[in-house]
Amino acid sequence: MTAIFALIAAAGTYATALMFGTIGEILTEKSGNLNLGVEGMMYMGGIFGLVTANRYEALVGETGSVGFIAILFAILGSFAAGCIAGLIFAFITVTLRANQNVTGLAMTTFGTGVAKFVGEHMRNKLGGYVSVSNHLKESFHQQIFPDFLKRIPFVGKIVFGQPHFFYLGILVAILLHLFFTKTKKGLYLRAVGESPATADAAGINMTRYRYLATMIGGGISAIGGMVYTMTTAGCVWIEGSLSGVGWLSVALVIFCTWRPLNGIWGSMLFGSLMIMYLWIIIPFFPQELYKILPYVVTIVVLIIASMKNNKEKQPPANLGLNYFREER
Amino acid sequence: MQNCAIELKNIRKTFGPVVANDGINLQINRGEILCLLGENGSGKTTLMNMLSGIYQPDGGEIYADGRKVTIRSPHDAFKNGIGMIHQHYHLVDVFTAAQNIILGLDEAMDIGRVNTRVKEICDRYGFGIDPKMKVYDMSVSQKQTVEIVKVLYRGSEILILDEPTAVLTPQETDKLFAVLRNMRRDNKAIVLITHKLAEVMAVSDKVAILRKGRYIATVNTKETSPGELTDMMVGRAVTLNLDRPKYDNPEDKLVVEGLTVVDREGIKKLNNVSFTARTGEILGVAGIAGSGQKELLESISGLYPVKSGSIKFVNTDKTTVELVGKTPTQIKEIGVGMGFVPEDRLGMGLVGSMGMTDNMMLRSWREGRGLFFNRKKPQDLADRVWKKLDVVTPSTEFPVRRMSGGNIQKVLVGREIASHPPVLLTAYAVRGLDINTSYAIYNLLNDQKMGGSAVMYVGEELDVLMELCDRILVLCDGQVSGIVDGRTATKEEIGLLMTTVGGKEA
Ligand SMILES: Nc1ncnc2c1ncn2[C@@H]1O[C@H](COP(=O)(O)OP(=O)(O)OP(=O)(O)O)[C@@H](O)[C@H]1O
Ligand SMILES: [Mg+2]
Repeated sequence: MTAIFALIAAAGTYATALMFGTIGEILTEKSGNLNLGVEGMMYMGGIFGLVTANRYEALVGETGSVGFIAILFAILGSFAAGCIAGLIFAFITVTLRANQNVTGLAMTTFGTGVAKFVGEHMRNKLGGYVSVSNHLKESFHQQIFPDFLKRIPFVGKIVFGQPHFFYLGILVAILLHLFFTKTKKGLYLRAVGESPATADAAGINMTRYRYLATMIGGGISAIGGMVYTMTTAGCVWIEGSLSGVGWLSVALVIFCTWRPLNGIWGSMLFGSLMIMYLWIIIPFFPQELYKILPYVVTIVVLIIASMKNNKEKQPPANLGLNYFREER
Repeated sequence: MQNCAIELKNIRKTFGPVVANDGINLQINRGEILCLLGENGSGKTTLMNMLSGIYQPDGGEIYADGRKVTIRSPHDAFKNGIGMIHQHYHLVDVFTAAQNIILGLDEAMDIGRVNTRVKEICDRYGFGIDPKMKVYDMSVSQKQTVEIVKVLYRGSEILILDEPTAVLTPQETDKLFAVLRNMRRDNKAIVLITHKLAEVMAVSDKVAILRKGRYIATVNTKETSPGELTDMMVGRAVTLNLDRPKYDNPEDKLVVEGLTVVDREGIKKLNNVSFTARTGEILGVAGIAGSGQKELLESISGLYPVKSGSIKFVNTDKTTVELVGKTPTQIKEIGVGMGFVPEDRLGMGLVGSMGMTDNMMLRSWREGRGLFFNRKKPQDLADRVWKKLDVVTPSTEFPVRRMSGGNIQKVLVGREIASHPPVLLTAYAVRGLDINTSYAIYNLLNDQKMGGSAVMYVGEELDVLMELCDRILVLCDGQVSGIVDGRTATKEEIGLLMTTVGGKEA
């Protein structure tokens, strides 16, 4: 039992990256754009987050650098990279009306390619590896709650022992939830994803909604990539370490049935499943099989949701479909 | 003229090679109901879509209250007071009625205020909706009501309704017309598209006629007749007659006994239904909507689980086959064809992006062996349907999705009828079809009957049922309340049976 609580507590760091990736993609998909390029956007977020922090430090010098500002730069750098990727995706699918699946897969290749190129380039330039100073690493890992809270039995570590990004992710999830359910713009955005023809006939500028949702969603997903590099990967660019996180986020979107609040505990669950092999060892059960567990639970959720035929738990009705007013 | 709300001058619209509208002049007046009449594919929907901002005209002018306007988007249409209720509803399924109504409006999201205003509108025009109800829980007519309220909520002065009655029961249609008359009294301008001439005569003040994309004339309803309207629509004098040829020696083909089915909630949808369908006979099925018509046809064709009872298919050599328990494919192979026309035409049985020929092929892909298919037969079939039903399309390869609503339907029905099944089941086969084509379909059904098929025809219009069918089976609440002879029965008799559960056997 204690092992399980310890496992969940330890999963928080990994879960944070997933949470951002998932919440960003939920925003994108709610507009009806199925951007399968999450993997690519998280890669871009990973490298550009690291590079902005690294450049900031190079500019002000190691002693003058402030943790808070470095974090801010990393967030902005990764967000901007994701926004640009989202903009490219929106342009190709909304304006040029290309197939979304194909474009998304291309974005994955593009994003990972760009990230690897930039990473390699920086490494050659800096000689050795791209990273930040130790005291900045500290700030990226910092925990914000006092120790006595973490000593609360069982849940103390899970709830209070996480890096600050974790709480930021929860905040974003809650804000997005409120946006979808309580605001007019959120309602319109959902209408665009459910039925663009309806939204269009109601006078909603569906092009603008799809562009903005895809860009901001891409930006949020990319922050997830940055969080992964700066926490789990220890502020160093290791090619390939991010691999698979984006795809897991895409699966998690389905698992959450497109609800941001589900993303909070869903990412904890997926994170736990991913690192379970370190904590709960079942004899003769190969490590690789543990890693397919998140995908297995996603499929189970899909089957249950479709069996219950619950209209509220379905994907946005026009997910993945482009809209052209004069086409019928 | 001061009560003229919208004037169209010389409007033209083309889609590639297809000229959908050309030289259209039209006046829409306040305090009037204008019917727009024309055969399938004559460009009615296209014309109205230009008023609602979905399409842009290639040429011509639009005047609103005497001012020249350009309507570039649905938003512009609203600003000019134009609201349209489309053939396919524009509603978000997972939203409530209220959420759908305020979609796209600039005002604040205050559900309480929305509810009061919705109630005001409903009271004023005489209908009712529950603002908190989700659209996916609504019936077709409730959805339509939401669409109408949505348009009124925006303060539209000009309402366009594209075939609103095609999917309504006669009772619901009457209700809708009462609402439209209230709007007319309120000095709104109303444009109504319908193919049912009886409705045109009953509700409209003026009728505008389109033919093959061109404007023909506008006439006062009081000064015209259904016959004259049909002639103007078609462009030549047409006689619409339905005969009921007698087949010499009818034999039992389908024997249904004690058929009972229950739905998922355990409610009996059919209760102890027994009847016989004979060769050379059209057996009509009448009843208030939802009395079990759909379940009856679906359980015969194997799409609906049967709880008890039997359905026997009689072979030519008098041996019988039990259909209950067989799969739909097996039943089809035995010889039961289904010409079921759903509310969503493209949803069932047609692939929108493929042309007529390929869609014909979908039906017969099981036939023939070998790796490559033979396109000759479906091509011939497509050609036949194209000619016989006058499908308006540039070629048999033109994607069916782009065809007009009625023409899509012709492809669907034509394909089923053409396969000459010994038992042909049809439901609402003429939904959305113009009057001329409807008669073409009736005659095709007669051909099938005289060719020795047992035809079952589920229909809404009693007049047609009484003219076409040899016998009429009347359902009420899932039970047979009577089987009457189509030649002698009266409307009153059938009407009474439709409302009495388990009436007498005639
Ligand atoms: N988006 C489009 N692309 C290509 N062709 C189109 C398009 N919209 C309409 N058409 C063509 O324009 C013609 C007129 O179609 P329209 O839908 O206006 O007919 P309609 O009068 O409404 O017919 P119905 O009574 O069957 O609904 C048809 O031949 C149709 O194929
Ligand atoms: Mg039409």
